[in-house]
Amino acid sequence: MNQGITMNSGPAQSDKRIDELMGLLLRSGVLLAASVVLVGGVVYLARFPFPAFNYRVFQSEPQSLRTISGIFNDAIAFHGRGLIQLGLLLLIATPIARVTFSVFAFFYQRDWKYVVFTLIVLGLLLYSLLGRG
Amino acid sequence: MGSLEFTALIFAGSLLAGFLGALTGLGGSFVIVPLLAVIFHVDIHYAIGAALVSVIATSSGAAAAYVREGYSNIRVGMFLEMATTAGALVGASLVVYLHASVIAVIFGLVLIYSAFVSFRGGSPSNQDKGPDRIATWLRLDSTYPTSTGLKSYHVRGVPMAFLLMIVAGVLSGLLGIGSGAVKVLAMDKAMGLPFKVSTTTSNFMIGVTAAAGAGIYLGRGYIDPGLAMPVMLGVLAGSIAGARALAGAEVQVLRIVFTVVIGALAVLMIYSGLAGKI
Repeated sequence: MNQGITMNSGPAQSDKRIDELMGLLLRSGVLLAASVVLVGGVVYLARFPFPAFNYRVFQSEPQSLRTISGIFNDAIAFHGRGLIQLGLLLLIATPIARVTFSVFAFFYQRDWKYVVFTLIVLGLLLYSLLGRG
Repeated sequence: MGSLEFTALIFAGSLLAGFLGALTGLGGSFVIVPLLAVIFHVDIHYAIGAALVSVIATSSGAAAAYVREGYSNIRVGMFLEMATTAGALVGASLVVYLHASVIAVIFGLVLIYSAFVSFRGGSPSNQDKGPDRIATWLRLDSTYPTSTGLKSYHVRGVPMAFLLMIVAGVLSGLLGIGSGAVKVLAMDKAMGLPFKVSTTTSNFMIGVTAAAGAGIYLGRGYIDPGLAMPVMLGVLAGSIAGARALAGAEVQVLRIVFTVVIGALAVLMIYSGLAGKI
């Protein structure tokens, strides 16, 4: 009928399953992140309904909103800005989770080349989030 | 202005940006960054940080749907993500050294190029030139669904595409955009992928590329929660609505009109940059 599927129906089949799981992972990550940002937004606006922050001049965010531990502490204290930042952190973590999932998926398929490629991507992503330079 | 009014205004602008971004295929950043930087006088670093976060949301949401439909070529995506994430790290680090007006001018130029590519639309169909040594070694050849069943295709031009993807990554990290136009250029023109495969695979990669840039932005303090919150939620909701509109109606004329409007924003950005107003 068509050569594509008869040529490699084995990997194509497991590829399909992996694709479905990956889609689910991405969708839930975005949904979770958006919900946390929304809750944080409500808390933030309910507590600070007064003059908007001045965004004209750039001043770096405080440490508590720049580092993972700082964001967690701020969010646990139920500060609006901390909660929003936690949601954004979850959002950044979603593609990272997707890449981590791919590492295992390629490992499961014994596709070593792609295990290495995805590990490199994962390393770059973790460096961006955790490395401070 | 109170923070409630400010948030509502930014949310409304982001809703529109997401809608237009999805409708034109350019992405919400191309509307929201000029809007924040030129109209709301938000420092461009904050504007780009907020836009980059919204890019992750929209592309991950859309990628989820495309991946399941079977158009995206995951191997091509994963292989090229090495180039885009490395590029994004460089681009996001460069932001510190470039003056805001320089960033604004580069932003405008990339926007004009992207609008031009989107205007021209997809090339009819790529000629399949048969197996390629590197692509075969990397197992990049795949299939995609058509009305008559799965169709297989060959991939070529891997080194050229890799180089273009580094550029796409740098631009994404520097400007807070998805760089879809450069990614599609690399996969459509250099690799000879079918159009639907290159656009969906590009979308698949955008989230990871943007996350690499966003990690740096977060650490440098460019992501402000008060601003990123309405932008992320607005662009996400707007782009979902835009994608629905795109699927539902005949919107060719609207697409052209809005592409021209967004092109005008590019001119505004370049002017503001050159006049030192950003």
